[in-house]
Amino acid sequence: MGKVVVVTSGKGGVGKTTSTAALGAAVAKTGKKVALVDFDVGLRNLDLIMGAERRVVFDLVNVIQGSAKLSQALIRDKRVETLFLLPASQTRDKDALTEEGVGEVIDKLRSVFDYVFCDSPAGIERGAQLAMRFADEAVIVTNPEVSSVRDSDRIIGLLDARTMKAEQGEHIAKHVLVTRYDAARASRGEMLSIDDVLEILSVPLLGIIPESQDVLRASNLGSPVTLSEPLNAAARAYLDAARRLEGEDLPVVVPFERKGFLDRLLGRRAA
Amino acid sequence: MNLLDIFKRRSSAPVARERLQVLLAYERRNRSQPDLVSILREEIMAVIAKHVQIDQDYLQVSMDRGETMSTLEIDIQIPNKSAVPLAMAG
Ligand SMILES: Nc1ncnc2c1ncn2[C@@H]1O[C@H](COP(=O)(O)OP(=O)(O)OP(=O)(O)O)[C@@H](O)[C@H]1O
Ligand SMILES: [Mg+2]
Repeated sequence: MGKVVVVTSGKGGVGKTTSTAALGAAVAKTGKKVALVDFDVGLRNLDLIMGAERRVVFDLVNVIQGSAKLSQALIRDKRVETLFLLPASQTRDKDALTEEGVGEVIDKLRSVFDYVFCDSPAGIERGAQLAMRFADEAVIVTNPEVSSVRDSDRIIGLLDARTMKAEQGEHIAKHVLVTRYDAARASRGEMLSIDDVLEILSVPLLGIIPESQDVLRASNLGSPVTLSEPLNAAARAYLDAARRLEGEDLPVVVPFERKGFLDRLLGRRAA
Repeated sequence: MNLLDIFKRRSSAPVARERLQVLLAYERRNRSQPDLVSILREEIMAVIAKHVQIDQDYLQVSMDRGETMSTLEIDIQIPNKSAVPLAMAG
């Protein structure tokens, strides 16, 4: 039985889709069978980030409504042969996903794949709740910034109350993935520190992804950064995070910025 | 920008952390129970309605949350002409 991991955040634009692609590809590279499911119905983007946008024929809604088989809708990645994508549909009908339908699809995926990553839409409404509903674990993507941390806290509340696991009295494993971390700004005390974020959310840390041009370039090229530029800082951070997700005990190193002359002169300290 | 500005501008992060801690402590407590202010509002309205007829809009209930103590502010306006005390009318 595979593991179902929801990638969620509450706040929009923090890096859920980027992280789903990068983590999923990183895990698949180790030979595990991985499915990435785009739950952002109406605003699908995972296909684009994965570079599979021209190969989409059927989608999640088609499968749920019975107009396509799951095997027809899954798109196999051209680079990693154990990596698959189930795209979201572009329909504007918000009720296109039913809980029962999603449950059936997730069950089937779980029986075939080692990992099922669910890319959640932003918000705390129905779409986000369906994406997390059947998850065993959650990756909470957070930027070190007040509104993102607050929204993460709400999402944690939902994970502990509204998931199937929680309702059955079981524990849903949660991990915080801090993305778009800017070491220079953190060292100037302009940005919440990693310790701040962890203390406030009290959820263990999966990794710290630095703010990086490489991520944007990878998106432009339609390739997860862990595949296209695996040696870059952001990619390495994602590769390490993926290993931790698989249970490896790797220490997290907080990226730091060497202090400039002016900083030292003014005696600025990291907050 | 002079030197003083540079000093004043540094480290907004501790302020952010503190604000978040206070806010989230409150939000977590209230997650499971319904909104206190609206419950109070409804019940106060019911008490007043026993004696004076007023419109919903004449009752303002607001809460200012402090770290150790919160202030509940209740502002009830009773119009002089339109509202006839029920006891006298009856
Ligand atoms: N580490 C990073 N460094 C630089 N840019 C990043 C990083 N992570 C994500 N981004 C950029 O941030 C933007 C939002 O990312 P992404 O689409 O993954 O967020 P999302 O949480 O899925 O958004 P939505 O809530 O709309 O689904 C994109 O332009 C992406 O390239
Ligand atoms: Mg997204």
